[in-house]
Amino acid sequence: MGIFDKFQQLAEAREAIEKNCGDFFNIVMEDVISGTEAVVNGRTVLLAGSNNYLGLTFNAECIRAACQAVQKEGTGTTGSRMANGTFSGHVALEQELSDFFNRLNTIVFSTGYIANLAMLSTVVGSGEVILLDADCHASIYDGCRLGDAEVIRFRHNDANDLEKRLRRLTKRNTNVLIVVEGLYSMLGDRAPLADIATLKNKYGAYLLVDEAHSLGVLGQNGRGLAEETGVENSVDFVVGTFSKSLGAIGGFCTSNHPELNLVRYASRSYVFTASSSPSIIASTRTALQIMRSQPELRRRLWDNANLLYQRLKDLDFRVGPEASPIIAVRYKDAEEAFAIWDGLLERSVYVNMVLPPATPDGGALLRCSLSAAHTREQVDKIGDAFAALR
Amino acid sequence: MQANEEVLQQILDILKPLVPDGLEITPETALVTDLGLDSLKVMKIVESLEDSLDISIPINILSDVRTVKDLELQIQKIN
Repeated sequence: MGIFDKFQQLAEAREAIEKNCGDFFNIVMEDVISGTEAVVNGRTVLLAGSNNYLGLTFNAECIRAACQAVQKEGTGTTGSRMANGTFSGHVALEQELSDFFNRLNTIVFSTGYIANLAMLSTVVGSGEVILLDADCHASIYDGCRLGDAEVIRFRHNDANDLEKRLRRLTKRNTNVLIVVEGLYSMLGDRAPLADIATLKNKYGAYLLVDEAHSLGVLGQNGRGLAEETGVENSVDFVVGTFSKSLGAIGGFCTSNHPELNLVRYASRSYVFTASSSPSIIASTRTALQIMRSQPELRRRLWDNANLLYQRLKDLDFRVGPEASPIIAVRYKDAEEAFAIWDGLLERSVYVNMVLPPATPDGGALLRCSLSAAHTREQVDKIGDAFAALR
Repeated sequence: MQANEEVLQQILDILKPLVPDGLEITPETALVTDLGLDSLKVMKIVESLEDSLDISIPINILSDVRTVKDLELQIQKIN
Protein backbone atom coordinates (compact mmCIF):
# COMPACT_ATOMS: atom_id res chain seq x y z
CA MET A 1 0.00 0.00 0.00
CA GLY A 2 1.44 3.34 -1.05
CA ILE A 3 1.45 6.56 0.95
CA PHE A 4 -1.02 8.20 -1.45
CA ASP A 5 -3.51 5.30 -1.56
CA LYS A 6 -5.63 6.95 1.12
CA PHE A 7 -6.37 9.75 -1.34
CA GLN A 8 -7.99 7.40 -3.87
CA GLN A 9 -11.52 8.54 -3.03
CA LEU A 10 -10.43 12.18 -3.30
CA ALA A 11 -8.73 11.47 -6.63
CA GLU A 12 -11.92 9.87 -7.98
CA ALA A 13 -14.05 12.81 -6.80
CA ARG A 14 -11.63 15.26 -8.40
CA GLU A 15 -11.63 13.30 -11.65
CA ALA A 16 -15.44 13.29 -11.74
CA ILE A 17 -15.57 17.04 -11.19
CA GLU A 18 -12.88 17.63 -13.81
CA LYS A 19 -14.83 15.50 -16.30
CA ASN A 20 -18.05 17.45 -15.76
CA CYS A 21 -16.67 20.84 -14.79
CA GLY A 22 -13.71 21.19 -17.19
CA ASP A 23 -11.90 24.41 -16.38
CA PHE A 24 -12.80 24.66 -12.71
CA PHE A 25 -9.44 23.44 -11.38
CA ASN A 26 -7.40 25.31 -13.96
CA ILE A 27 -8.22 28.94 -13.34
CA VAL A 28 -5.09 31.06 -13.39
CA MET A 29 -5.08 34.84 -13.20
CA GLU A 30 -2.61 35.21 -16.08
CA ASP A 31 -2.44 38.96 -15.72
CA VAL A 32 -4.07 41.15 -13.07
CA ILE A 33 -5.20 44.41 -14.58
CA SER A 34 -6.86 46.07 -11.60
CA GLY A 35 -8.79 45.25 -8.44
CA THR A 36 -11.77 44.26 -10.61
CA GLU A 37 -10.26 42.83 -13.81
CA ALA A 38 -7.82 40.07 -14.74
CA VAL A 39 -6.89 37.98 -17.74
CA VAL A 40 -8.08 34.35 -17.63
CA ASN A 41 -7.61 31.97 -20.58
CA GLY A 42 -6.31 34.91 -22.60
CA ARG A 43 -9.46 36.98 -22.03
CA THR A 44 -10.14 39.94 -19.77
CA VAL A 45 -12.71 38.96 -17.14
CA LEU A 46 -14.57 40.94 -14.53
CA LEU A 47 -13.65 39.75 -11.03
CA ALA A 48 -16.80 39.21 -8.98
CA GLY A 49 -15.43 36.87 -6.34
CA SER A 50 -12.29 38.47 -4.96
CA ASN A 51 -13.17 39.52 -1.33
CA ASN A 52 -11.54 42.84 -2.24
CA TYR A 53 -14.37 44.65 -0.47
CA LEU A 54 -12.94 48.17 -0.39
CA GLY A 55 -11.00 47.74 -3.64
CA LEU A 56 -7.69 48.71 -2.06
CA THR A 57 -5.37 46.17 -3.74
CA PHE A 58 -4.47 48.70 -6.42
CA ASN A 59 -4.74 51.82 -4.28
CA ALA A 60 -1.85 54.13 -5.25
CA GLU A 61 -1.02 55.12 -1.66
CA CYS A 62 -0.92 51.48 -0.51
CA ILE A 63 1.33 50.53 -3.43
CA ARG A 64 3.63 53.49 -2.74
CA ALA A 65 3.90 52.56 0.95
CA ALA A 66 4.68 48.93 0.07
CA CYS A 67 7.36 49.99 -2.45
CA GLN A 68 9.00 52.36 0.03
CA ALA A 69 9.05 49.64 2.70
CA VAL A 70 10.61 47.05 0.44
CA GLN A 71 13.30 49.56 -0.60
CA LYS A 72 14.00 50.56 2.99
CA GLU A 73 13.63 47.28 4.89
CA GLY A 74 13.99 44.54 2.30
CA THR A 75 11.75 41.81 0.90
CA GLY A 76 11.21 39.82 4.08
CA THR A 77 11.88 39.67 7.80
CA THR A 78 13.30 36.12 7.61
CA GLY A 79 12.39 35.53 11.21
CA SER A 80 9.77 34.93 13.87
CA ARG A 81 8.15 37.76 15.78
CA MET A 82 9.88 36.24 18.83
CA ALA A 83 13.33 36.49 17.30
CA ASN A 84 14.47 38.94 14.61
CA GLY A 85 11.05 39.35 12.94
CA THR A 86 9.51 42.22 14.92
CA PHE A 87 10.17 45.44 12.98
CA SER A 88 8.93 48.86 14.01
CA GLY A 89 6.11 48.53 11.46
CA HIS A 90 4.65 45.45 13.17
CA VAL A 91 4.56 47.27 16.51
CA ALA A 92 3.08 50.40 14.92
CA LEU A 93 0.34 48.40 13.17
CA GLU A 94 -0.57 46.70 16.46
CA GLN A 95 -0.86 50.11 18.11
CA GLU A 96 -2.94 51.48 15.23
CA LEU A 97 -5.32 48.52 15.35
CA SER A 98 -5.71 48.91 19.15
CA ASP A 99 -6.52 52.58 18.57
CA PHE A 100 -9.01 51.77 15.79
CA PHE A 101 -10.85 49.17 17.87
CA ASN A 102 -10.52 51.11 21.17
CA ARG A 103 -8.88 48.07 22.76
CA LEU A 104 -5.97 47.64 25.12
CA ASN A 105 -3.79 45.52 22.93
CA THR A 106 -3.45 43.71 19.63
CA ILE A 107 -1.31 40.93 18.22
CA VAL A 108 -0.54 40.85 14.50
CA PHE A 109 -0.15 37.39 12.94
CA SER A 110 1.20 36.37 9.54
CA THR A 111 -2.24 35.33 8.20
CA GLY A 112 -5.84 35.34 9.36
CA TYR A 113 -5.70 31.54 9.39
CA ILE A 114 -2.77 31.65 11.80
CA ALA A 115 -4.59 34.17 14.00
CA ASN A 116 -7.42 31.68 14.50
CA LEU A 117 -5.02 28.76 14.97
CA ALA A 118 -3.16 30.72 17.63
CA MET A 119 -6.19 31.96 19.55
CA LEU A 120 -8.26 28.80 19.58
CA SER A 121 -5.42 26.42 20.30
CA THR A 122 -3.98 28.56 23.09
CA VAL A 123 -6.55 30.65 24.96
CA VAL A 124 -8.80 27.68 25.73
CA GLY A 125 -7.16 24.61 27.20
CA SER A 126 -7.73 21.19 28.67
CA GLY A 127 -10.98 20.90 30.65
CA GLU A 128 -12.34 24.10 29.10
CA VAL A 129 -14.93 24.31 26.34
CA ILE A 130 -15.24 26.00 22.94
CA LEU A 131 -18.81 26.49 21.75
CA LEU A 132 -18.68 27.31 18.05
CA ASP A 133 -21.26 28.06 15.39
CA ALA A 134 -21.51 25.02 13.10
CA ASP A 135 -20.78 27.16 10.01
CA CYS A 136 -17.53 28.64 11.34
CA HIS A 137 -14.56 28.82 8.98
CA ALA A 138 -12.09 25.94 8.63
CA SER A 139 -9.38 28.00 10.36
CA ILE A 140 -11.53 28.04 13.51
CA TYR A 141 -12.08 24.28 13.35
CA ASP A 142 -8.36 23.73 12.73
CA GLY A 143 -7.44 25.94 15.69
CA CYS A 144 -9.76 23.83 17.85
CA ARG A 145 -8.11 20.64 16.61
CA LEU A 146 -4.67 21.98 17.44
CA GLY A 147 -5.65 22.69 21.04
CA ASP A 148 -6.85 20.63 23.98
CA ALA A 149 -10.26 22.16 24.68
CA GLU A 150 -13.52 20.28 24.36
CA VAL A 151 -15.28 21.47 21.20
CA ILE A 152 -19.06 21.61 20.91
CA ARG A 153 -20.98 22.97 17.91
CA PHE A 154 -24.27 24.80 18.03
CA ARG A 155 -26.65 25.10 15.09
CA HIS A 156 -25.81 27.94 12.72
CA ASN A 157 -27.11 31.32 13.94
CA ASP A 158 -29.41 29.58 16.46
CA ALA A 159 -29.19 31.42 19.79
CA ASN A 160 -31.71 29.02 21.36
CA ASP A 161 -29.51 26.06 20.52
CA LEU A 162 -26.51 27.93 21.95
CA GLU A 163 -28.37 28.60 25.19
CA LYS A 164 -29.37 24.96 25.51
CA ARG A 165 -25.71 24.02 25.36
CA LEU A 166 -24.62 26.77 27.75
CA ARG A 167 -27.24 25.57 30.23
CA ARG A 168 -25.96 22.00 30.02
CA LEU A 169 -22.45 23.26 30.82
CA THR A 170 -23.36 25.24 33.95
CA LYS A 171 -22.74 22.32 36.30
CA ARG A 172 -19.23 21.91 34.87
CA ASN A 173 -18.10 25.28 36.28
CA THR A 174 -15.45 25.72 33.61
CA ASN A 175 -14.38 28.43 31.16
CA VAL A 176 -16.44 28.52 27.98
CA LEU A 177 -15.46 30.45 24.84
CA ILE A 178 -18.24 31.15 22.33
CA VAL A 179 -16.96 31.58 18.76
CA VAL A 180 -18.92 33.18 15.94
CA GLU A 181 -18.25 35.17 12.78
CA GLY A 182 -19.44 38.67 11.90
CA LEU A 183 -20.36 37.81 8.34
CA TYR A 184 -20.35 34.16 7.34
CA SER A 185 -18.17 33.70 4.30
CA MET A 186 -20.37 31.37 2.31
CA LEU A 187 -23.84 32.93 2.47
CA GLY A 188 -22.96 36.42 3.72
CA ASP A 189 -25.37 36.24 6.66
CA ARG A 190 -24.70 38.00 9.98
CA ALA A 191 -24.50 36.30 13.39
CA PRO A 192 -27.39 37.23 15.76
CA LEU A 193 -24.78 38.97 17.88
CA ALA A 194 -27.09 40.90 20.23
CA ASP A 195 -28.69 37.63 21.39
CA ILE A 196 -25.33 35.87 21.60
CA ALA A 197 -23.81 38.72 23.63
CA THR A 198 -26.76 38.56 26.04
CA LEU A 199 -26.20 34.82 26.51
CA LYS A 200 -22.47 35.32 26.93
CA ASN A 201 -23.12 37.75 29.78
CA LYS A 202 -25.90 35.66 31.31
CA TYR A 203 -23.77 32.51 31.52
CA GLY A 204 -20.44 34.20 32.24
CA ALA A 205 -18.78 32.89 29.07
CA TYR A 206 -16.15 34.55 26.87
CA LEU A 207 -16.91 35.64 23.30
CA LEU A 208 -14.65 35.68 20.24
CA VAL A 209 -15.93 37.22 17.01
CA ASP A 210 -14.10 36.63 13.75
CA GLU A 211 -14.70 39.80 11.75
CA ALA A 212 -12.71 38.59 8.72
CA HIS A 213 -15.48 39.46 6.24
CA SER A 214 -17.06 42.29 8.24
CA LEU A 215 -14.01 44.47 8.96
CA GLY A 216 -14.43 47.61 6.86
CA VAL A 217 -17.84 46.36 5.79
CA LEU A 218 -20.11 46.66 8.85
CA GLY A 219 -20.41 49.33 11.55
CA GLN A 220 -20.34 53.10 11.34
CA ASN A 221 -16.55 53.09 11.49
CA GLY A 222 -16.01 49.72 9.83
CA ARG A 223 -15.16 47.87 13.05
CA GLY A 224 -17.50 45.04 12.07
CA LEU A 225 -20.66 43.39 13.35
CA ALA A 226 -19.88 44.05 17.03
CA GLU A 227 -19.85 47.78 16.31
CA GLU A 228 -22.96 47.62 14.12
CA THR A 229 -24.82 45.70 16.84
CA GLY A 230 -23.56 47.93 19.65
CA VAL A 231 -22.10 45.06 21.70
CA GLU A 232 -18.36 45.71 21.47
CA ASN A 233 -18.05 45.74 25.26
CA SER A 234 -19.35 42.16 25.39
CA VAL A 235 -16.81 40.87 22.87
CA ASP A 236 -13.62 39.62 24.55
CA PHE A 237 -11.62 38.93 21.40
CA VAL A 238 -11.95 40.29 17.87
CA VAL A 239 -10.06 38.34 15.23
CA GLY A 240 -9.64 39.63 11.71
CA THR A 241 -7.63 39.50 8.53
CA PHE A 242 -5.78 41.91 6.26
CA SER A 243 -6.53 39.83 3.16
CA LYS A 244 -9.98 41.20 2.43
CA SER A 245 -10.93 44.84 3.08
CA LEU A 246 -7.30 45.81 3.68
CA GLY A 247 -6.10 44.26 0.42
CA ALA A 248 -2.98 42.44 1.65
CA ILE A 249 -2.39 39.34 3.83
CA GLY A 250 -2.12 38.89 7.58
CA GLY A 251 -4.27 38.56 10.66
CA PHE A 252 -4.80 40.00 14.11
CA CYS A 253 -6.50 39.59 17.44
CA THR A 254 -7.44 42.60 19.56
CA SER A 255 -8.77 42.59 23.11
CA ASN A 256 -9.23 44.53 26.32
CA HIS A 257 -7.78 41.64 28.30
CA PRO A 258 -4.22 42.72 29.19
CA GLU A 259 -3.25 39.04 29.29
CA LEU A 260 -3.69 38.77 25.52
CA ASN A 261 0.02 39.54 25.26
CA LEU A 262 0.79 36.21 26.93
CA VAL A 263 -0.54 34.46 23.82
CA ARG A 264 2.66 35.60 22.10
CA TYR A 265 4.65 33.29 24.36
CA ALA A 266 2.14 30.43 24.57
CA SER A 267 1.15 30.11 20.92
CA ARG A 268 3.20 27.89 18.63
CA SER A 269 1.46 29.43 15.61
CA TYR A 270 2.85 32.84 16.60
CA VAL A 271 6.32 31.71 17.62
CA PHE A 272 7.19 29.20 14.93
CA THR A 273 6.47 31.11 11.75
CA ALA A 274 8.11 34.04 10.01
CA SER A 275 6.50 37.44 10.46
CA SER A 276 4.85 39.44 7.68
CA SER A 277 7.18 41.17 5.24
CA PRO A 278 7.68 44.94 5.63
CA SER A 279 5.84 45.74 2.38
CA ILE A 280 2.72 43.90 3.60
CA ILE A 281 2.77 45.70 6.93
CA ALA A 282 3.26 49.07 5.21
CA SER A 283 0.39 48.63 2.74
CA THR A 284 -1.87 47.32 5.52
CA ARG A 285 -1.15 50.37 7.70
CA THR A 286 -1.95 52.67 4.80
CA ALA A 287 -5.11 50.71 3.95
CA LEU A 288 -6.24 50.97 7.57
CA GLN A 289 -5.82 54.76 7.45
CA ILE A 290 -7.77 54.91 4.18
CA MET A 291 -10.53 52.70 5.60
CA ARG A 292 -10.82 55.06 8.59
CA SER A 293 -10.75 58.29 6.60
CA GLN A 294 -12.87 57.30 3.58
CA PRO A 295 -16.24 55.94 4.76
CA GLU A 296 -17.54 56.59 1.26
CA LEU A 297 -15.79 53.35 0.20
CA ARG A 298 -18.11 51.41 2.53
CA ARG A 299 -21.17 53.25 1.20
CA ARG A 300 -20.15 52.49 -2.41
CA LEU A 301 -19.60 48.83 -1.51
CA TRP A 302 -23.08 48.58 -0.01
CA ASP A 303 -24.70 50.39 -2.96
CA ASN A 304 -23.13 47.79 -5.25
CA ALA A 305 -24.06 44.90 -2.96
CA ASN A 306 -27.69 45.98 -2.56
CA LEU A 307 -28.03 46.51 -6.30
CA LEU A 308 -26.81 43.04 -7.29
CA TYR A 309 -28.57 41.24 -4.43
CA GLN A 310 -31.93 42.77 -5.35
CA ARG A 311 -31.42 42.07 -9.05
CA LEU A 312 -30.58 38.40 -8.48
CA LYS A 313 -33.47 38.08 -6.06
CA ASP A 314 -35.86 39.63 -8.59
CA LEU A 315 -34.56 37.13 -11.14
CA ASP A 316 -35.58 34.35 -8.69
CA PHE A 317 -32.07 33.09 -8.05
CA ARG A 318 -31.78 31.30 -4.69
CA VAL A 319 -29.67 33.92 -2.91
CA GLY A 320 -28.69 34.01 0.78
CA PRO A 321 -31.04 35.26 3.51
CA GLU A 322 -29.92 38.90 3.54
CA ALA A 323 -28.17 41.47 1.36
CA SER A 324 -24.43 41.71 1.95
CA PRO A 325 -21.27 42.14 -0.12
CA ILE A 326 -21.17 38.33 -0.21
CA ILE A 327 -23.96 37.21 -2.53
CA ALA A 328 -24.24 33.45 -2.87
CA VAL A 329 -26.52 31.68 -5.32
CA ARG A 330 -27.43 28.16 -4.22
CA TYR A 331 -27.65 25.09 -6.47
CA LYS A 332 -28.49 21.51 -5.63
CA ASP A 333 -25.35 19.98 -7.13
CA ALA A 334 -21.98 20.72 -8.71
CA GLU A 335 -23.12 20.03 -12.29
CA GLU A 336 -25.92 22.57 -12.13
CA ALA A 337 -23.66 25.18 -10.50
CA PHE A 338 -20.87 24.54 -13.00
CA ALA A 339 -23.14 25.10 -16.00
CA ILE A 340 -23.91 28.59 -14.71
CA TRP A 341 -20.32 29.23 -13.56
CA ASP A 342 -19.05 28.29 -17.03
CA GLY A 343 -21.72 30.44 -18.67
CA LEU A 344 -20.67 33.40 -16.54
CA LEU A 345 -17.02 32.87 -17.50
CA GLU A 346 -18.02 32.76 -21.19
CA ARG A 347 -19.60 36.15 -20.56
CA SER A 348 -16.30 37.30 -18.98
CA VAL A 349 -17.51 37.27 -15.38
CA TYR A 350 -15.58 35.29 -12.78
CA VAL A 351 -17.30 34.19 -9.54
CA ASN A 352 -16.25 31.58 -6.97
CA MET A 353 -17.77 28.12 -7.23
CA VAL A 354 -17.91 26.38 -3.84
CA LEU A 355 -18.54 22.66 -3.54
CA PRO A 356 -19.30 20.34 -0.59
CA PRO A 357 -18.06 19.85 2.09
CA ALA A 358 -17.19 23.59 2.13
CA THR A 359 -20.85 24.55 1.65
CA PRO A 360 -23.27 24.82 4.58
CA ASP A 361 -25.97 22.39 3.38
CA GLY A 362 -24.16 20.00 1.08
CA GLY A 363 -25.27 21.78 -2.12
CA ALA A 364 -23.12 23.93 -4.41
CA LEU A 365 -22.73 27.70 -4.38
CA LEU A 366 -21.79 30.39 -6.84
CA ARG A 367 -20.39 33.03 -4.56
CA CYS A 368 -20.07 36.63 -5.70
CA SER A 369 -18.29 39.21 -3.61
CA LEU A 370 -18.73 42.86 -4.44
CA SER A 371 -16.18 45.65 -4.19
CA ALA A 372 -16.25 49.41 -3.75
CA ALA A 373 -14.03 49.44 -6.84
CA HIS A 374 -16.76 47.95 -9.04
CA THR A 375 -18.39 50.58 -11.24
CA ARG A 376 -22.15 50.68 -11.73
CA GLU A 377 -21.56 49.36 -15.26
CA GLN A 378 -19.60 46.41 -13.88
CA VAL A 379 -22.32 45.54 -11.37
CA ASP A 380 -24.86 45.70 -14.20
CA LYS A 381 -22.62 43.44 -16.28
CA ILE A 382 -22.56 40.81 -13.50
CA GLY A 383 -26.36 41.01 -13.22
CA ASP A 384 -26.77 40.84 -17.03
CA ALA A 385 -24.60 37.72 -17.19
CA PHE A 386 -26.71 35.96 -14.52
CA ALA A 387 -29.93 37.14 -16.24
CA ALA A 388 -28.80 35.66 -19.56
CA LEU A 389 -28.42 32.28 -17.88
CA ARG A 390 -31.79 32.24 -16.14
CA MET B 1 -27.52 9.34 30.93
CA GLN B 2 -29.73 6.55 29.66
CA ALA B 3 -28.80 2.89 29.89
CA ASN B 4 -26.52 1.44 27.22
CA GLU B 5 -29.37 -0.32 25.46
CA GLU B 6 -31.41 2.88 25.23
CA VAL B 7 -28.50 4.85 23.74
CA LEU B 8 -27.80 2.07 21.26
CA GLN B 9 -31.45 1.98 20.26
CA GLN B 10 -31.50 5.75 19.73
CA ILE B 11 -28.46 5.48 17.47
CA LEU B 12 -30.01 2.63 15.49
CA ASP B 13 -33.29 4.54 15.08
CA ILE B 14 -31.49 7.62 13.77
CA LEU B 15 -29.31 5.59 11.41
CA LYS B 16 -32.17 3.46 10.05
CA PRO B 17 -33.25 5.83 7.25
CA LEU B 18 -29.62 6.11 6.10
CA VAL B 19 -28.91 2.40 5.78
CA PRO B 20 -28.52 1.17 2.19
CA ASP B 21 -31.15 -1.39 1.08
CA GLY B 22 -30.35 -4.93 2.11
CA LEU B 23 -27.80 -4.00 4.77
CA GLU B 24 -28.47 -5.08 8.32
CA ILE B 25 -27.19 -2.61 10.86
CA THR B 26 -25.37 -4.00 13.92
CA PRO B 27 -23.13 -2.52 16.64
CA GLU B 28 -20.16 -3.48 14.47
CA THR B 29 -21.40 -1.56 11.42
CA ALA B 30 -18.86 1.10 10.40
CA LEU B 31 -20.40 4.54 9.86
CA VAL B 32 -18.18 5.63 6.99
CA THR B 33 -17.03 2.46 5.25
CA ASP B 34 -20.26 0.42 5.60
CA LEU B 35 -22.91 3.14 5.51
CA GLY B 36 -20.98 5.55 3.28
CA LEU B 37 -21.73 8.51 5.52
CA ASP B 38 -19.86 11.73 4.74
CA SER B 39 -18.85 14.32 7.32
CA LEU B 40 -22.01 16.40 6.79
CA LYS B 41 -24.26 13.37 7.42
CA VAL B 42 -22.25 12.39 10.50
CA MET B 43 -22.76 15.89 11.93
CA LYS B 44 -26.52 15.68 11.25
CA ILE B 45 -26.61 12.35 13.12
CA VAL B 46 -24.73 13.95 16.03
CA GLU B 47 -27.29 16.80 16.15
CA SER B 48 -30.19 14.32 16.15
CA LEU B 49 -28.60 12.31 18.98
CA GLU B 50 -27.98 15.49 20.97
CA ASP B 51 -31.66 16.40 20.67
CA SER B 52 -33.01 12.97 21.51
CA LEU B 53 -30.64 12.37 24.45
CA ASP B 54 -30.54 16.01 25.63
CA ILE B 55 -26.76 16.12 25.68
CA SER B 56 -23.98 18.01 23.87
CA ILE B 57 -21.56 15.72 22.05
CA PRO B 58 -18.03 17.18 21.72
CA ILE B 59 -16.74 16.79 18.18
CA ASN B 60 -13.36 15.76 19.62
CA ILE B 61 -14.78 12.30 20.33
CA LEU B 62 -15.54 11.61 16.68
CA SER B 63 -11.94 10.76 15.85
CA ASP B 64 -12.35 7.70 18.11
CA VAL B 65 -15.61 6.61 16.50
CA ARG B 66 -15.58 4.07 13.68
CA THR B 67 -18.54 1.84 14.44
CA VAL B 68 -22.01 2.17 15.95
CA LYS B 69 -20.64 0.56 19.14
CA ASP B 70 -17.78 3.10 19.31
CA LEU B 71 -20.34 5.91 19.13
CA GLU B 72 -22.41 4.37 21.90
CA LEU B 73 -19.34 3.96 24.14
CA GLN B 74 -18.21 7.55 23.58
CA ILE B 75 -21.69 8.88 24.37
CA GLN B 76 -21.76 6.85 27.59
CA LYS B 77 -18.60 8.68 28.70
CA ILE B 78 -20.31 12.09 28.47
CA ASN B 79 -21.43 13.20 31.87
